[in-house]
Amino acid sequence: MSQSTIAIPASPPSRPPKWKRWLSLDNRYVPPIFITLILLAGQLSFGILESYERTLLAIATSITVELVLGRIFLGKWLNVASAYITGISVGILLRSPDFWPYAVAAALAITSKYVLRLKGRHLFNPSNFGISVVLFLLPASAAMLSIQWGNNLASMVVIWVLGSVIVWRLRRFHISATYVISFLVLAVIRSWIIHEPWLSEVSPITGPEYQLFIFFMITDPKTTVRSKKGQCIVAFLVALLEMFFRLDQSVYAELYALFWVGPIAMLVEMWLDSRRMKAAPVEVPAFSASAGVAQQ
Amino acid sequence: MKRGPIARAILFLFFAGLIAVPVVLTRRASQDKASAARLSEKSALARYGFYFTNDTKKAGIDFVHQEPVLDKKLAAIMPEVASLGASVSIVDYNDDGWPDIYVTTSRVGGMNALYRNNHNGTFTNVAPELGIANVNQPGTGVSMGAVWGDYNNDGYPDLFLIKWGKPMLFRNDHGHGFTNVTKQAGFPKWMNANTALWFDYNNDGKLDLFVGGYYPAKINLWHLKTTKIMPDSFEYADNGGRNYLFRNMGNGKFKDVAQQLGLTGHRWTLASGAADLTGNGYQDLFIANDYGIDQLYFNNGKRFYDVSKQAGIGFSPKSGMDVSFGDVFNQGKFDIYVSNISEPGILLQGNNLWVPKDGTSGQSTQYVNMARALGIELGGWSFGAQFGDFNNDGDLDLFLTNGYISLSHTRSYWYDFAKVASGNSNIIGDAKNWPAFDGRSLSGYQEKRVWINDGNGQFENVARAVGVTDRHDGRAVAVADLFNNGALDVVVANQNGPLIIYKNHVNPAEKWIEFRLEGTRSNREAIGAELTLYWDGKKQLQEVAAGSGFAAQNGLRLHFGLGEHPHIEKAVIHWPSGTIQTVTNLKPDKLYQIEEPK
Repeated sequence: MSQSTIAIPASPPSRPPKWKRWLSLDNRYVPPIFITLILLAGQLSFGILESYERTLLAIATSITVELVLGRIFLGKWLNVASAYITGISVGILLRSPDFWPYAVAAALAITSKYVLRLKGRHLFNPSNFGISVVLFLLPASAAMLSIQWGNNLASMVVIWVLGSVIVWRLRRFHISATYVISFLVLAVIRSWIIHEPWLSEVSPITGPEYQLFIFFMITDPKTTVRSKKGQCIVAFLVALLEMFFRLDQSVYAELYALFWVGPIAMLVEMWLDSRRMKAAPVEVPAFSASAGVAQQ
Repeated sequence: MKRGPIARAILFLFFAGLIAVPVVLTRRASQDKASAARLSEKSALARYGFYFTNDTKKAGIDFVHQEPVLDKKLAAIMPEVASLGASVSIVDYNDDGWPDIYVTTSRVGGMNALYRNNHNGTFTNVAPELGIANVNQPGTGVSMGAVWGDYNNDGYPDLFLIKWGKPMLFRNDHGHGFTNVTKQAGFPKWMNANTALWFDYNNDGKLDLFVGGYYPAKINLWHLKTTKIMPDSFEYADNGGRNYLFRNMGNGKFKDVAQQLGLTGHRWTLASGAADLTGNGYQDLFIANDYGIDQLYFNNGKRFYDVSKQAGIGFSPKSGMDVSFGDVFNQGKFDIYVSNISEPGILLQGNNLWVPKDGTSGQSTQYVNMARALGIELGGWSFGAQFGDFNNDGDLDLFLTNGYISLSHTRSYWYDFAKVASGNSNIIGDAKNWPAFDGRSLSGYQEKRVWINDGNGQFENVARAVGVTDRHDGRAVAVADLFNNGALDVVVANQNGPLIIYKNHVNPAEKWIEFRLEGTRSNREAIGAELTLYWDGKKQLQEVAAGSGFAAQNGLRLHFGLGEHPHIEKAVIHWPSGTIQTVTNLKPDKLYQIEEPK
């Protein structure tokens, strides 16, 4: 999960009053603050974390690797908001009695942005990559968040409402909505295919793992395509591939679906871009390697 | 990217290294597993100082537990809801100095068994003739466990039967038979309980009874009015059964004082243990709950105080299924072992070993979980565990059962379990929303663990090497010197599987000492008495307990391993009455019967 951003005009038409600027929040910091609030609320009310130390290790690793690699490869100290989200996501979602999987997953997540990239864009959602690799390669030492926010409706509604407001503000609501609708429709189909109760197929999306996935992972602007329509198609394809993983009884179906669909969608978009450029060269907005990483 | 090829090559190597870490560790773990092969008895004796043999058949025991069959509305998930009930208790019911074995089955109409020790390595089932076999009659529910305590202080232990159904109390008629005294005792008509223990919470010399509820008492699992009987959360459920504390009124009657004394709540209790953890002379209660946090209650003789959070144990919700006390570090303090669930790649709760924090004591005692550091965290879907010095080297070892539901060898229910368990309470709380088991296993065919303590803070699993190789779904485990030869044997009750007796063969150079305590001012069986043995500059604390682990009860005799050529300094006994007695001139390889000073 790298941080969601929106395009900010170079020169705003009119500067808002000072008091309003004090109260308004830079969009870059909305997701980090929201996810921190979720973490604190979840931990203080239900003890959702394996431990504070493990989560802090993931955050510290993530920020450190980002700063070091940014300095070496981009020649500057990067804003760490994105690395913070990656670290905190790893710290919340990963469950392990050991400390080191948190560090490895966080380091893998950030490093993937610098290694697995093409034409200035990194291909994988960082925290999705780090967590998926550790889960896949090290099942004996790591698992995913299974703990819930009390399983009660009230806390679930609060997170859904807050999450929706925030992704709306970040102009990403359509991604979350497409995924959720697709998941629910496909749950009916799965239920019909395997002859199991529909509610059992719906159950996962009512859990916290999915809330983090829907509001922080699939909405990541750096690892999805640019057009609104394309983003909706990608969200649907994630849900569709997830269905097949689920039919194969993969416990972390949504993670693995995003792991595959995300990069493939990016590659397709790049291919289409290059075809368009060949057909009719146009000026594409600058998205240099350095800028691409630096904004996250 | 601004840097040149060298920097980028280093970056790629770093990335590859990060991916290699889990690969290498996984490979190493599988190699370790492969190397833990079974040894010959001679090799096991030479390397670890002991080995077990499965002497069940030789002992004349062929008991197989049968799981309950509940209301048809639960048919789809019957293996899960019927996954409890195998239990074992060690009891000397006829006071002949030889441990006997009582085991339960959980099918309506099924017969429990009391195996009388014939003093020659064999046992005979005498439950039918003594009147405590046919206790699972239609309409009365089925057995989930049994605890034995001499509630009337006549020198013979009486039987309390834990049931999903009508609880039953049998008075022991001096070893010649049992009389059902449930009606007079005043217990509730129905409980869905899975744990109980006898202890004298107020030290009045009469044994009281704690019972932990699992399903709410209003539910009759054979005649369900609704399918909404499942926990409303897998971490924070509070729609389970209530707990009971029956005060022994001294006239064959018991009075429930749980609410009055502070034992409130409706968690899904699976196991319990009592020991004086604060040093105030009163036994405290540790309660292990499924689907939630565990609870620790300190006791001042008049009231119980929930100190779970203050003591540091009530934060992380797991699936508590066992409570065992042991002085793991030989420092005169009890550590508490609690089993949970660990399934690679899906759910890694890990078992807990709660160790008193340095610098804390009494009412301010706090605990830290050191299971990981000691190497006893990951078992499987763990249930019963017991401490015991299996190789008589002076350090407590640990026997742990694992395995939940063993059906198909190839198909697992874990995906469906994880799918539903993370959801909203309205979904998971209703059994009809759960996918059908359809013959699948859930953490099935798991190996047990025999962890030996090296005395330096590390445990090593030697189960296979010492002959513990069965993969039945272990539930209860109890330890006792069944053959009166100075070695702690192990009895395992398996769900829907055979009762197994693991006879222990210990290197005779490793010495031992045993104590049988009898109260005079305290309750007669000395339940709650603590004995600290001092030898060779070491000390170890043990207590007499009537109920520990999961659905289990160990023998009442205290067994200490001493190592080679021991010099025993003394034994200090803290009797429940408050009397402190010091015993000297003790010799190894002997059983001492000690009566409380009058």
